[in-house]
Amino acid sequence: MSRIVVDPITRIEGHLRIEAEVKDGRITDAWSAGTMVRGMEIILRGRDPRDAWAFVERVCGVCTTVHALASVRSVEDALDIVIPPNAELIRNIMFCTQYMQDHVVHFYHLHALDWVDIVSALKADPNEASRIAQSISSWPKSSPGYFKDLQTRLTKFVESGQLGIFANGYWGHPAYKLPPAVNLIGVAHYLEALEWQKEIVKVHAIFGGKNPHPNYLVGGMPCSINIDEANAINAERLAMVARLLEQARVFVEQVYLPDLLAIAPSYLDWAAIGGGVKNYLCYGDLPTNGYRDVKSFKFPRGAILDRDLSKVHEVNPHDPDGIREFIDHSWYDYSGPAGTGLNPWEGETKLNYTGPKPPYANLNVEGKYSWLKTPRWKGHAMEVGPLSRMLVGYASGHAEIKDAVTETLAALKAPASVLFSTLGRTAARGIETKLVARWGLEFFQQLLTNVKNGDTRTFTKDKWEPSTWPASAKGIGASEAPRGALAHWIVIKDRKIDNYQLVVPSTWNASPRDAKGQRSPYEESLIGTPVHDPKIPLEILRTIHSFDPCLACAVHLYDDQGAQVGEATVNPAV
Amino acid sequence: MSLASAPSETVPTVYEQIASRGVSRREFLQFCGWMAACIGLDNTASAQIARALETKKRIPVVWMHFQECTCCSESFLRSSHPIVADILLDKISLDYSETLLAASGDQAEKCLHDTITKYKGEYLVLIEGSVPTGAEGAYCCVGGKSAEQILEEVAKDAKAVIAWGNCASSGCVQAAKPNPTGATPIHKLLHGKPLVNVQGCPPIAEVMAGVLVHLLTFDRIPQLDALGRPKAFYSRRVHDTCYRRPNYDAGLFVESFDDENARKGYCLYKMGCRGPTTYNSCGVIRWNGGVSFPIQAGHGCIGCSESNFWDQGPFYQRLASFPGFGIETTADQIGLGLGAATVAGIAAHAVMTNIRKRHDIGEHPGESSDLAPPSAAHEADRPKEDRS
Repeated sequence: MSRIVVDPITRIEGHLRIEAEVKDGRITDAWSAGTMVRGMEIILRGRDPRDAWAFVERVCGVCTTVHALASVRSVEDALDIVIPPNAELIRNIMFCTQYMQDHVVHFYHLHALDWVDIVSALKADPNEASRIAQSISSWPKSSPGYFKDLQTRLTKFVESGQLGIFANGYWGHPAYKLPPAVNLIGVAHYLEALEWQKEIVKVHAIFGGKNPHPNYLVGGMPCSINIDEANAINAERLAMVARLLEQARVFVEQVYLPDLLAIAPSYLDWAAIGGGVKNYLCYGDLPTNGYRDVKSFKFPRGAILDRDLSKVHEVNPHDPDGIREFIDHSWYDYSGPAGTGLNPWEGETKLNYTGPKPPYANLNVEGKYSWLKTPRWKGHAMEVGPLSRMLVGYASGHAEIKDAVTETLAALKAPASVLFSTLGRTAARGIETKLVARWGLEFFQQLLTNVKNGDTRTFTKDKWEPSTWPASAKGIGASEAPRGALAHWIVIKDRKIDNYQLVVPSTWNASPRDAKGQRSPYEESLIGTPVHDPKIPLEILRTIHSFDPCLACAVHLYDDQGAQVGEATVNPAV
Repeated sequence: MSLASAPSETVPTVYEQIASRGVSRREFLQFCGWMAACIGLDNTASAQIARALETKKRIPVVWMHFQECTCCSESFLRSSHPIVADILLDKISLDYSETLLAASGDQAEKCLHDTITKYKGEYLVLIEGSVPTGAEGAYCCVGGKSAEQILEEVAKDAKAVIAWGNCASSGCVQAAKPNPTGATPIHKLLHGKPLVNVQGCPPIAEVMAGVLVHLLTFDRIPQLDALGRPKAFYSRRVHDTCYRRPNYDAGLFVESFDDENARKGYCLYKMGCRGPTTYNSCGVIRWNGGVSFPIQAGHGCIGCSESNFWDQGPFYQRLASFPGFGIETTADQIGLGLGAATVAGIAAHAVMTNIRKRHDIGEHPGESSDLAPPSAAHEADRPKEDRS
């Protein structure tokens, strides 16, 4: 038995530490710890609810926009504001843009190096790389000369001795199985995707002024439409959005998906590894008839328990008995007894660090070991993210999702059961990116139609003035962030934020176990994972990266007592 | 401050690297010219940049993440000119970056350790995030060490330190009241090292690229203002470089989001725009390859390149007043404080200009009281900025 500690986990957002026990070449137990906290909810208290989106948007700069969207929805839910259709469409277009950028960057820059061996690409035959590339896609950058030039540049880079971000990688590890030519294609597209990702986010700059962290607005979107004005969304701006969305669709369909399907067959053993918990949760998103009409969502809402795809359970984020959070292994205090789980409406938290004083070698995993709380839906540990969205959509009989999943499984000649795995999670992300690339263009066409018909409204002034608000109000803003189900809970009193709480995707996935000892998705997914050499954690990275960790999102705290949680409270000994 | 001394290893120069990637000399020189313009230098400097990139070795760089959201890394990756992306990803040697590094855990720590021991006095430290001083450092740990311990270790032998973004420069959102974790900017913890604060949440990609190229080219840190920000990018108010400024001068304001005036692109001052108190390059360089910036997309500036801007809200409440200095005035001068008589003179001039312009345009002006007549008395209301 040996203990592996991987800290930092790189190629993620935030600070994540994984500890795992290995016996006879397989992981027998695992612990996931978030090691950074900022205290966002305490900071929000007492502020103008209309400002909250800007604060919470800074929860994460990788999945930028998603917290801003959940935030404006929570305020609109509390104040009963219905936004104009164009604002909904612009939010949807920004949502699709975010998915494409985020998922492509995840695949190439955060995940690919778990599967693609850079060093092997040095000995590839460029003619073979070209032949394979042209057989899987009509993407034009595929000539033998293109791959030859790339290989020459890569060789010079390696010979320089300054390996930069590729230094100390796990190159040559026996778990890398791609032929050299496919590795070379992977490296080429790593660099092309880096170029491309800065283009697609220009959609955010057009509607939101900048990326990362574009602007949102309670009551709609701040960008006005006026086709007869240089200083508004006009034909030139719309033409640019159209071009960017179309380029993105082409990149997703001609580069990302063919690569996914070219890499997957070499790693089908990973279709039986990394399954994790058997429950999947999805709040749903992309409204086509307003956010209040859940039935109109492109991503349906629902939950699946015990991998039973014959039944989709109803999910209601407003249900006080649905979502509860536990802190039995988290560095927080509750006023209730051990084992208490609180609905976010009654959320109560005080920072209470009881771990070892840094620098430390190991965390006390029997006790508290993370800054993440542990959320549960009706007592179940739930996985959230692309796989959950595709499974809930598939099980709900959503035609487009069902077709896309079936098509991919057919291409891989694999049954649906392979989805419950590390490889399935990575494939699901690709499948939904293909859908979202098309949907983005659909929403754009609807926006054009509205403008053509004379409806240019992007904002409703209704309830903008705090003087029109009730003395107190509560709201929930739910969304599907690229990494999964996201919701913000807000309580407004006397026109100020009285309480603000976030339960975010990586909290569901990366949290420590609960009072009953049930592991959360990261920890459960590592059980049984083969480890070739405990000193080289490549296999752990594969499964953890398949979730696309985002730890700055996952760690937060709330304290509805209004107490300031300071150093003195945290460590009375100081 | 000069930073002379390059990595001792024999490695290809930046120009050799670029040339090996099929970039022509003509394109290379065009880039140098563009970068010179960006840094605010005249044409002769582009030759100097070209010479420097042709002869300098790749500087080892380590990029640290503390209390942050990774928006600075993401912004950096958006650098719009391909050749800039090449320089930043390949022409410097990015030896440690938790966002991009292939290796994790022990192997990642080895990357960091190797660079800071092998290149003593030669490597750059780029920092994203603030350092929490509460709970003996337990609010932010990497590899079991606290952010403060890591900062001390990596900065000790660094050639220079760049504090990316508002987190590292002034603490940003986690330092907003009541700052529950004791989030602290780098300049309050690090002494005796050349330090540049590249402000913004995040900073503009090309500003980040520009600062790095400046260090690489001239082997010295750029001229800084009193807040440690490079003057090239932070000496002008967003208000003074805003293309909607003529509307302000003419008293043409948006009164409500998406009203008739918003659809004509009038000034967002009444919607709470912080352009008048914010020093940044958004109006000049703009965002995402020059596509837009917040005001162009219809929302006021929230002031993200200023210290403590989170506590200057609510964001949609218009500034009661702000100093009426012209475009030639820098944050330095405001910091030093101008005489009341001077301010009054500028104010009178501004008011007269506004009245004349409104008359010329012949549109119905907004209430005159909304012109925010600047006065020296109001300067006292401005939040005290941290200039330590």
